[in-house]
Amino acid sequence: RVIPKDGIQLSLIKEMEDMIHFELDFWRDVTGVATPVDVRVPFHSLQSVKIYLETQDIEYSIMIEDLQEMLQNHVILYRCLCIKSRIVCLVQIYSFQDMLVAENPNLVSKIVIGQSYEGRPLNVLKFSTGGTNRPAIWIDTGIHSREWVTQASGTWFAKKIVTDYGTDPALTAILNNMDIFLEIVTNPDGFYYTHNNNRMWRKTRKPNSGSSCVGVDPNRNWNAGFGLPGASSSPCSETYRGPKAESESEVKSIVDFVKSHGNMKAFISIHSYSQMLLYPYGYTRTPAKDEAELHSLAKKAITDLASLYGTRYTYGSIIDTIYQASGSTVDWTYNQGIKYSYTFELRDTGRYGFILPANQIIPTSQETWLALMAIMDHTYKNPY
Amino acid sequence: MGLRIIVVLAVLMGVTGSPTTTVRPETTSVDTAAHPNSIPETAEETGQNEVFSEEEAAEDVMATGELNPNHYPAQRAAKVVQHYLTTRYGSPYRLFGLHRVHSGNAEDVGDSGRKYQLEISVHEIISNTTQKCSAEVFFPHGQKQESPQVQASCEELLNISTKAQEEALYQQYKMNQTLLSAQNLPDSHGHIEPDVKPLWHLGIVASSFIMLKESSENTLYNMAQVANITQLETENEQLKFDCHTLLHDMVSQEILHWKLLFAWSPAEGVKVLQMEQLPHCQHCEKPPNTN
Repeated sequence: RVIPKDGIQLSLIKEMEDMIHFELDFWRDVTGVATPVDVRVPFHSLQSVKIYLETQDIEYSIMIEDLQEMLQNHVILYRCLCIKSRIVCLVQIYSFQDMLVAENPNLVSKIVIGQSYEGRPLNVLKFSTGGTNRPAIWIDTGIHSREWVTQASGTWFAKKIVTDYGTDPALTAILNNMDIFLEIVTNPDGFYYTHNNNRMWRKTRKPNSGSSCVGVDPNRNWNAGFGLPGASSSPCSETYRGPKAESESEVKSIVDFVKSHGNMKAFISIHSYSQMLLYPYGYTRTPAKDEAELHSLAKKAITDLASLYGTRYTYGSIIDTIYQASGSTVDWTYNQGIKYSYTFELRDTGRYGFILPANQIIPTSQETWLALMAIMDHTYKNPY
Repeated sequence: MGLRIIVVLAVLMGVTGSPTTTVRPETTSVDTAAHPNSIPETAEETGQNEVFSEEEAAEDVMATGELNPNHYPAQRAAKVVQHYLTTRYGSPYRLFGLHRVHSGNAEDVGDSGRKYQLEISVHEIISNTTQKCSAEVFFPHGQKQESPQVQASCEELLNISTKAQEEALYQQYKMNQTLLSAQNLPDSHGHIEPDVKPLWHLGIVASSFIMLKESSENTLYNMAQVANITQLETENEQLKFDCHTLLHDMVSQEILHWKLLFAWSPAEGVKVLQMEQLPHCQHCEKPPNTN
């Protein structure tokens, strides 16, 4: 936080904004003398900015020392500062990702797999201890933007992985042999929209030609049973499948990534709410070839989940357990040969629904992690 | 935004299966065939890919006989029981959630509809107690949308008395100089101030009348949020509220906006006076939640 004392300092601070190499993000803009200016300073610019301010005798104070630490405070995980129209929440998660990479360069790297409709980066964190194209596990959160507990949990999982590698034997064994890919904000346009316009927004933000309604349901846009009952053909519907399969860049980017990777062994897509663990199919009642194994693994996973706080999950195929859904993510991944394809529906069962209280984020993340570990462990121990 | 037909109802607590009809306002070209209806369950699963046109999908052949308690047919029927119990017994200090479905059975009643028999556990949220109930839910199948009819008997539903708390709240509201008003309950982050919690609970009870009335085998309703609840002047003993509520239907994933006028007193419970669905407005965005 910077407080300009006089007109000269004011213009000096304004000049900083133009210094592109600093890559400063003004959370609270320059308005007048003695009015605070809040700036987010990326790590690489910190020293330079400090020196600049000190040599000009400009007062500053550091509000948030460690973004990571801040993100661990579950209240702030939710309560992103939404100043004016700035994408601060998204920025915080992006900063967190960068910081995680910077602090764990031998384990974490960031891959940009594409761009959202509105041009936001689609970031995937890769957790790897080496090798070349090792068998891998994919986890995504936030494909439906209003399901805020999922992006928050994704952030928690990222931190959990770097913390547990080297200390938890099970995770260490997995990472010594496999890679983990984690996409935290799978629908960034929608996420931004839920913060600044409509808390209940689910879809992407791509306009639909010939309609005033915006957006496609990214979980009906995959090329599995596309066009069959279980999705809508109306752009105004929350389950609009889109003009064609993979029409959404948020979906196409993952498709391209998974295909070119070619060695995904598990694929887990995380939603809320309902407290369910689901496996394919959603578009047909024909059981998946591996249903018996998927069913018993699901049972193990939700038993482990319940062991922490007693949270009860139901489990089964999508079409039996929740509803018929066509063009959904894990139906496509399963048909690609990724056997361990699962969809989670996290807390709760309807009392709060999408607006789950912040104090439930960490318990939800903790219990869900146990289920994820069960699936990842099984995947590791049952190569195919 | 033109007002749709207002349905004037005097819904008394304890009246099961509301006999009134509602003219549903037109929604902006929502594809009714888009409802993810189940495809017919074939006893002989040969593994061939069943391809159905949108029209065929409207043929709703749901499971009958003994039901898997974890699958959606029993779960949806059980959720209706939750709404029924809330309308009948709910108050600012008594709210119900569906805890678990133990068993279920469904049978067709000629052409008139389908009847579900369920053994469930319900959770009384405020006292944090769980108890078993036996319930019957009848979904009429007709030309026009009709509400389900519910009968339920639970072990000790009213064992924990809330009369004293309700009376205290009632007096507090009655003696208030200003009329109460609150928005976004809970807020975007799931937070709700303790002093407005009773208003949230009142909104939930009142909304349960809508959720009960609108339920079918192809819906699963939960509260999304109370957008606005405002106390109104009354001439009588009842407290009166105007409420804008957001409901979430899990099956269509839509957020439905409803406006409600309801009365409450400890003696009479919650009575819905008017209910009206607001049009699905794609352009009407709420101002950002500044929290």
